[in-house]
Amino acid sequence: MTHSAKSGKLLAVIGDEDTCTGFLLGGIGELNKHRHPNFMVVDKSTSVSEIEDCFNAFKSRDEIAIILINQNVAEEIRHVLDAHTDPTPAVLEIPSKDHPYDANKDSILRRAKGMFSAEDLR
Amino acid sequence: MASDRIAIFPSRMALTTMKGKLKGAQKGHSLLKKKADALTLRFRQILKKIIETKMLMGDVMKEAAFSLAEAKFASGEINHMVLQNVSKAQTKVRFKKDNVAGVQLPIFEHYTDGTDTYELTGLSRGGQQLGKLKKNYSKAVELLVDLASLQTSFITLDEVIKITNRRVNAIEHVIIPRIENTLAYISTELDEREREEFFRLKKVQNKKGKDRAANEARKEALRLQGVDVDGGNLLDDQYDEDLLFTD
Repeated sequence: MTHSAKSGKLLAVIGDEDTCTGFLLGGIGELNKHRHPNFMVVDKSTSVSEIEDCFNAFKSRDEIAIILINQNVAEEIRHVLDAHTDPTPAVLEIPSKDHPYDANKDSILRRAKGMFSAEDLR
Repeated sequence: MASDRIAIFPSRMALTTMKGKLKGAQKGHSLLKKKADALTLRFRQILKKIIETKMLMGDVMKEAAFSLAEAKFASGEINHMVLQNVSKAQTKVRFKKDNVAGVQLPIFEHYTDGTDTYELTGLSRGGQQLGKLKKNYSKAVELLVDLASLQTSFITLDEVIKITNRRVNAIEHVIIPRIENTLAYISTELDEREREEFFRLKKVQNKKGKDRAANEARKEALRLQGVDVDGGNLLDDQYDEDLLFTD
């Protein structure tokens, strides 16, 4: 965090094709100098270990500050997400097109739930 | 718990130092408590905002996904074209720092630089829908960046609050009792010593009194026998022998 004030950081996306496409059009896509993209398209044939590896790779990349991940994908690698407790990179679970957002599954909200009663979460 | 105390020699100076330590510990305790309160206040605000933003995010994402569907309807399958033509990020985030009671909270701030990289990728069909799509997703990114900074603050604060509470409890339940124990130990020890001293003085006084009484009795006995016990008057002695000029 010390040297990061000058250079901009990136957002990374792990999600289905449509989510990735949308965010890339939103202008967050970048290839680094090794031509590794900062997004990962997950489809039916993607294995859990691939997602895990990709998440860990994004996590260890210095220039990535926020990782956006579809909630249905996040569900698959929940144990990795729960183990990730550092503040950076921030991992955000987002709803995908065909999976509505369920606040009860979110790692952060589950942590928050211990402090707030259920009606606060609505 | 007499055993749970600081190993120290019980003296008046140690008592003073301990009193100072106790004062310091109490001050530290109240300060840390204040810090924990301030952090918790902020923490709750952030939590509330996170929940609000998460709910809002659902709507924004729905709208964004819907506009993607619209764009697809207007211009056909664009996914591959977009996924293949990635080069440089237009939207980036930078860090700022916020200070809450001495805790540095990272705040993400998004900014755009460079030109739109999809300008020249041949996505000319369905221009209006694409524009809307881009706008919607930019909005989503904006919201998500805000959410990310809230979430990061949340995690950081959570951690710091835990540490602070641990410290508060440690001071309250370990350090202060230990100092108090030590203080009690020192004062009992000092009292004990004082009693000992008093007892010894009494003893000495007693002994001296006894000696004096015995002396008096002996003198009285001698006087009765007709011996001059008082040593006589110094001035009664008329003749004073020369010390130097003796012949």
